[in-house]
Amino acid sequence: MAERTQFFVRAMAEGLAAAMREDPTVVVLGEDVERSIVGGTRGLVEEFGPGRIRNTPISEATFVGACIGAAAVGLRPVVDLMVGSFFYVAMDQVANQAAKLRYMSGGQIELPIVYFTMSGPSGGSAAQHSESPHPMLMNVAGLKVVMPSTPHDAKGLMLAAVRDPNPVIYFHDAVLSAVKGPVPDDAYAVPIGKADTKRAGNDVTVVAVGALVHKALAVAESLAAEGISVEVIDPRTLVPLDKDTILASVERTGRLVVCDNARLTCGVASEVVAMVAESGFQGLRAAPQRVAWENVPVPFSPPLEESALVSEDQICRAVKTTLQTAATGA
Amino acid sequence: MRKPAFRLQAAELLEMHRRMVRIRRFEEKLADLFKRGRLPGFVHLYIGEEAIAVGICSALRPDDRITSTHRGHGHLIAKGADLGRMMAELLGRADGYCRGKGGSMHIVDFSLGIIGTNGIVGGGIPIGAGAAFGDQQLGRDNVTVTFFGDGAANQGVFFEAMNLAAIWRLPLVFACENNQYTEWTPTTRLTAGRIADRSGPFGIPGVQVDGNDVLAVREAADQAVARARSGEGPSLIECVTYRWHGHNEGEEAFSGEYRPREEQEHWRSLDPIPRFAEHLVARGYCARDELDQLDAEETDRARRALEFAERSPFPDPSEALSDVFASSSSVGRKDA
Repeated sequence: MAERTQFFVRAMAEGLAAAMREDPTVVVLGEDVERSIVGGTRGLVEEFGPGRIRNTPISEATFVGACIGAAAVGLRPVVDLMVGSFFYVAMDQVANQAAKLRYMSGGQIELPIVYFTMSGPSGGSAAQHSESPHPMLMNVAGLKVVMPSTPHDAKGLMLAAVRDPNPVIYFHDAVLSAVKGPVPDDAYAVPIGKADTKRAGNDVTVVAVGALVHKALAVAESLAAEGISVEVIDPRTLVPLDKDTILASVERTGRLVVCDNARLTCGVASEVVAMVAESGFQGLRAAPQRVAWENVPVPFSPPLEESALVSEDQICRAVKTTLQTAATGA
Repeated sequence: MRKPAFRLQAAELLEMHRRMVRIRRFEEKLADLFKRGRLPGFVHLYIGEEAIAVGICSALRPDDRITSTHRGHGHLIAKGADLGRMMAELLGRADGYCRGKGGSMHIVDFSLGIIGTNGIVGGGIPIGAGAAFGDQQLGRDNVTVTFFGDGAANQGVFFEAMNLAAIWRLPLVFACENNQYTEWTPTTRLTAGRIADRSGPFGIPGVQVDGNDVLAVREAADQAVARARSGEGPSLIECVTYRWHGHNEGEEAFSGEYRPREEQEHWRSLDPIPRFAEHLVARGYCARDELDQLDAEETDRARRALEFAERSPFPDPSEALSDVFASSSSVGRKDA
């Protein structure tokens, strides 16, 4: 398959364009989606026109909710929410309506909707533009949640999300927008619910999401020079989580570090560690470590922001902690 | 009784009457069941407001859509829902519309154009706007009516959706049922101005009608639906009415007396069902005993609905885990 090097955010747009070409019922709604400040929909209006690429008023609750009705009568709406914390403005429609209508109806209806947004800190964006709301949306039930880390996965997961018959929340870590990577030309789907081992290793399993996949890979590279072999798993999908891939890896390495680009409490790190403690305890040779944000709103000033977020150094220390923990009975 | 600006056939008028009586008898059955502790959860009854659901839904085609509210049984019945499956749902049974997963506030039947009922005040308004957008986008001429109460008229999504419906000229009817109480507080204490006037600044026609006069409601609905279907855009209808029962059944345990007795008696004297019956008899559309017969049939229908529901088993507990997600291999889209 022919491929090129492409920006992450352009790869998202390619996935969306592929979905729109294969299905005329796909429409895109959001604030300034014609111009596309972030870039996930840039250029689409030229190909598909303003009837399918719809600029909406700044009324998040209403256009997020409108997608439910539109999906119920036969459209496949895709919403660009632009910034992760804007989900909070639309939370009733996301959590009470989109997530629950199928279940409450006893399975009468399919609601193929994609809500995508940039999320996480982008550097100096301060508390209301740096949120990563995926932990709370993982808890809602009825929403699939995906978070690609590479341009390849960004394109393939976008197409898979649009094809999925359920509401899918698609997060793209803000700092990944301009990351480049190989992207196949063809339309392809990355399966939802399937993790990807971004680097194979034997000593420690590091599960990382979004932008932290790249930090974990950098740490793995530097630790390789010290003779430490780190496996890096990117879940890519948070709901449903590919537990098998994670458990199989931990069973081999016996050591687990989970890195989440969100606050520590009730996040991906907590969930994965708890899942492994329940289902993979026999394989553990050290206490699992969580690496995530401090439990504070993301501060503005660069040194403050840096101190609240996840650094490569923290990941490195967490990996070494698992190696230093005395093995009990192993 | 307002003289309609249109001619309806006797059969249709009688069917409208029948639907109002059907709602009344069904709701009375629920009030009784609740009193006897036989309903799980809680219910919000529609008694006194029947003319609105029937006046509006009778103006719709079967493939038109509605979104409903927490006080939604009347809308469902007016749109053609089966009482047995409704009652089974209310009792949490396997033969309920939602197989016991929804209950009173979440009964839907997409095949009847009922695309959502809602436990969140105002929650259905954006969904209704979206259904209207979907039909418009797909080149259909279906109309969506989004029902909401006076309380929901103070939710932000009402104004947001009016704006969206106006700029996109959506085939949408905003149907506000002003029953004059926002839960336990008089709506006039919480609501500035007239609700019907709120659409004007958006360029959307708004009318206030007597919500206890089924023909007045029907006339306003006919105009709004025709406007929507012809591509001219949304309308707002404020139907002024009164709920006879509480915000929810059983409220007397905590609510105290919050509505003057004279006020309640006044509104009971404006009962939409005998008002319409008088009209039908006086105009010679039917004889009194035909209406009595109709009433007996609907009373029996409510009784049979309960029998059906009580014969239905509870769902298997394992079903709590199903229907969260549609599998990608499921057979076809269920387009409403």
